[in-house]
Amino acid sequence: MEIERHEYDVVVIGAGGAGLRAAIESRQQGKRTAIVCKSLFGKAHTVMAEGGAAAAMGNVNSSDNWMVHFRDTMRGGKFLNNWRMAELHAKEAPDRVWELEAWGALFDRTKDGKISQRNFGGHEYPRLAHVGDRTGLELIRTLQQRVVALQQEDEKLHGDAEAYIKVFQECTVTRLLKDGDAVSGAFGYWRENGRFVVFDAPAVVLATGGIGKSYVVTSNSWEYTGDGHALALLAGAKLINMEFIQFHPTGMVWPPSVRGILVTESVRGDGGVLRNSEGRRFMFDYIPDVFKDKYATTEEEGDRWYTDQANNRRPPELLPRDEVARAINAEVKAGRGSPQGGVYLDVSTRLPAAEIIKRLPSMHHQFKELADVDITQEPMQVGPTCHYIMGGVEVDADTGQACVPGLFAAGEVSGGMHGSNRLGGNSLSDLLVFGRRAGAGAAAYLDGLPSRPRSSEEAVAAAEAEALAPLRRAGENPYSVHHELQRTMNELVGIIRRSGEITEALEAVEKLKERAQGVGATGGRIYNPGWHLSLDLRNMLLVSECVAKAALLREESRGGHTRDDFPGMSAEWRRRILRCSLSGDASGVTVEEKAQPPMRDDLITLFDRAELAKYITEEELADFDALVKE
Amino acid sequence: MTQTTVDSPARRQRAQIRERTLRTDQWWRYPLVTFIIFTAFLVYATWAIFDTSYFVSPYNAPFSSPCLATSCPEEARLFGFAPFGDWYTLPPGLLILGLPAGFRFTCYYYRKAYYRGFWLSPPACAVNEPHSKYTGESRFPLILQNVHRYFFYAAIVIGLILAYDAVLALIGKPWGLGTWILVINAVFINLYTLSCHSCRHITAGRLNHFSKHPVRYRAWGFVSKLNAKHQELALISMFTVMGADLYVRLVAKGIINLPFA
Amino acid sequence: MSYKAKFRVWRGEGGEGRLEDFTVEVNEGEVVLDIIHRLQATQAPDLAVRWNCKAGKCGSCSMEINGRPRLGCMTRMSTFTEDETITVTPMRTFPVIKDLVTDVSFNYEKARQIPSFTPPAGVNPGEYRMEQIDVERSQEFRKCIECFMCNNVCHVIRDHEENKPGFAGPRFLMRIAELDMHPYDVADRKDAAQDEHGLGYCNITKCCTEVCPEHIKITDNALIPMKERVVDRRYDPLVWLGNKIFKRSTAKS
Repeated sequence: MEIERHEYDVVVIGAGGAGLRAAIESRQQGKRTAIVCKSLFGKAHTVMAEGGAAAAMGNVNSSDNWMVHFRDTMRGGKFLNNWRMAELHAKEAPDRVWELEAWGALFDRTKDGKISQRNFGGHEYPRLAHVGDRTGLELIRTLQQRVVALQQEDEKLHGDAEAYIKVFQECTVTRLLKDGDAVSGAFGYWRENGRFVVFDAPAVVLATGGIGKSYVVTSNSWEYTGDGHALALLAGAKLINMEFIQFHPTGMVWPPSVRGILVTESVRGDGGVLRNSEGRRFMFDYIPDVFKDKYATTEEEGDRWYTDQANNRRPPELLPRDEVARAINAEVKAGRGSPQGGVYLDVSTRLPAAEIIKRLPSMHHQFKELADVDITQEPMQVGPTCHYIMGGVEVDADTGQACVPGLFAAGEVSGGMHGSNRLGGNSLSDLLVFGRRAGAGAAAYLDGLPSRPRSSEEAVAAAEAEALAPLRRAGENPYSVHHELQRTMNELVGIIRRSGEITEALEAVEKLKERAQGVGATGGRIYNPGWHLSLDLRNMLLVSECVAKAALLREESRGGHTRDDFPGMSAEWRRRILRCSLSGDASGVTVEEKAQPPMRDDLITLFDRAELAKYITEEELADFDALVKE
Repeated sequence: MTQTTVDSPARRQRAQIRERTLRTDQWWRYPLVTFIIFTAFLVYATWAIFDTSYFVSPYNAPFSSPCLATSCPEEARLFGFAPFGDWYTLPPGLLILGLPAGFRFTCYYYRKAYYRGFWLSPPACAVNEPHSKYTGESRFPLILQNVHRYFFYAAIVIGLILAYDAVLALIGKPWGLGTWILVINAVFINLYTLSCHSCRHITAGRLNHFSKHPVRYRAWGFVSKLNAKHQELALISMFTVMGADLYVRLVAKGIINLPFA
Repeated sequence: MSYKAKFRVWRGEGGEGRLEDFTVEVNEGEVVLDIIHRLQATQAPDLAVRWNCKAGKCGSCSMEINGRPRLGCMTRMSTFTEDETITVTPMRTFPVIKDLVTDVSFNYEKARQIPSFTPPAGVNPGEYRMEQIDVERSQEFRKCIECFMCNNVCHVIRDHEENKPGFAGPRFLMRIAELDMHPYDVADRKDAAQDEHGLGYCNITKCCTEVCPEHIKITDNALIPMKERVVDRRYDPLVWLGNKIFKRSTAKS
């Protein structure tokens, strides 16, 4: 069968927030752009984001500015963030949000008609632009409609709506193609009919999101199979910070069908409390020393906070996500969990039913419709769920370019921006800021390119053979390999990690890699989910190996990486980044250490010495003192 | 499984399912009940138009009010006024019933109900309709449904007249059962009229900047709340008007003969 | 508390196909999509179904369950009795790709025919000022997750394929209403709504509203108000007269 070929300037893989923003930018800079996505246009995982997009516009509190946002981001990431990215992000987020409004987005408003902003964990001021609790949907729809607007423009100008920007939906990319060192295109298949397609393009932007499908309990959809991470790795790029995975403390655990789906933080913000099977509000037992003076130590004080925030400390249910997740995990492991393996999150005894419905309409709706649980009458059962990976493709902060020429990445698939832990609300703004930068970076890269690279026929043939392999053998059911991988990662490289368990996981992953070589897909090439999963397994296994190997090496606990055997945070480890690359024989992953570049002078001086002292080494602190003296 | 080639004509086809619907619930109940209720109403209304016992002091039967001809008793005339004079001898209801009937006929709720119940277009959601062609309200005659708002203006007037009749009854016989039946009917008729989609549009729905018209916005909020109950109000007011009308006629005929009637 | 349920699932490539019977395990708390997934994992690995978030937020798993358009992820098995046979078919209005997956490109074509948001010239990003009460109506329509079940259930195209070219369907008529009510949109959309996008085909039988998983009042809040706006423009002699006089006076000044 002849392979369909398309020539483009820029191919964007993924049509979530980052991908669409990148594509819009590259099209606006006059480049012919293809958007390739696994799902239908407009269904990307970005729609799941509830809280909002963090941008220091200062609409609600005028004291807010980019420096405060930068500080909050670095603090949230435990100072492991790529500071240049955090800086760009804080500076540019407001413009990116305002731009959406000019494209038709309708955010909730303040009294004086500006975009309203809400409080969120870790943000000093009200900062999240939002639309109720469906901000992600608004963002994706706005960007989708902006793409359509550009197509309408092209239709008028060129008579062809798809002349400059075209969406290839339900199309999966399985390999990046290269000409020498540089990217030359991508190889993929149409999910709809199983036909192969080759994109010839000098620049590829990865915007494929995360890796949650390697875990059993996850808030992520089936698409999150780490495609971009794996494609980058296979193309020679490096992944950083792969050990840092954010587990959202409150995912639904029951019924099984909705296991992992998020229960928004606002449930706790509005008075919801966590209890174990003995009825105890256990979070009071888990306040870490660094937070002792900021959180209430008695239930009475915690309860007063909801009505009088000025004179009381907040209840420990509102500790950062990683702390709450660990506490829930510990309670369940100690045998004080609910029958279905979570803990109880209760608002029913805390607020009148009408108040719950008014404040938490979508949560009430979600539990009622998905679980047949009335949260005004009974407690919810919740537990940690794999939510977001901080790690990803190592990119240049300003252009989004990876170490492979022509390869760019933005959004969750890129690494560095969020350090070891992401603040709520920073992902939507991250998508917009770095989506645009990656699109611009790709356009600039093309402008400086002397000639278009060409993909070799051998590479295309190899990619085709690889993709067809599962159809050509009658092997193991891919679903069982997938389930085993999910169980392994969930149990052995989950929230709390130990060297022995991680080693065990790595052995299991090795075995699964072999089994994945033998999986077979029955049925034809037309919309065959078994075949699709067989191909996704390679990516999930590669990424899982990265996570496990990096987790084994980092002997400290920080943000989204908690080692039971190394519970403390180490200032020495803060200076080190773990970087994964494909091993020489392409059979696995190797991890190396890399030094974290020191923060620029004008940025580090935005912090107090006392705060820095908690994170950085004596040596770095001495440099800071010298700097301040100058 | 046979492998269809990607571009074969079968690929551009909908699922070939022979059943008209695969619904297992009692989807036919709504159109059937609608059909029965509306038919009953039409039969009653036809009878009422030609029935002459439409007045018994101080009650005026709603289906024959206002009376605009000299053929009816003086008390039954609107403000004692008979613009049609004495040449008109047909039933008085015929003169004005077209207005409330037109209002209900073009009402967005009634349209839904009789398109489903009478025209089966569609009989219920996801149940195939029996017609081979469909142009809906895009051309004559159904494009005339767009006149709904003029019937709405007329319905306001009719609603006020029924309220006026109720007030007359209140004055004439404050503790009469018929008085209160007329009052209740007038309330529901007017609530139904106000809950109309056209009313909602005229109040402020047509505006794009509510914030610049705070009074109209508040009125819109009120009408919108009523509008959410448009179907209920349409049905309740249909029963109240039918009930009130029948009651007055039965009293007029002496069939109901109670001291407090 | 698991039991064996009887399922009849439409299977086929393109329009040719048939209902296949399955007996499959159902556990407490599951939804129809879980059962479809169990069929995939245990009995029919190539059974095609489109899905994403599994939380009723993306609108991918639209299908027809016992003849009614539903999201597979939002249809709890507890709403059926244990001895009931559950029939699952693809959306009827769109061509089938395979099994439960339909070709919904009709909707994307229609989306492209609706002129985009058109702000007035000279308003820069960051300068938009809108009151909450002025954006709320359009915000309701923007809750749409594009599951396309309203377009699927609408008899105008469900029962009359030939109406497809001239009818945008509830989803996109609602999009027109959303833009027409947007405080900053300056494009004139009323004539096009009637002439090009088939607003007149709508006979307000409200099936779109009935199936909407987001509970958007499509008919009452979008389609009827849009019809009324068209009446303003076209069928209201007073407004027509006013426009004539107004136009004449502006021409003079």
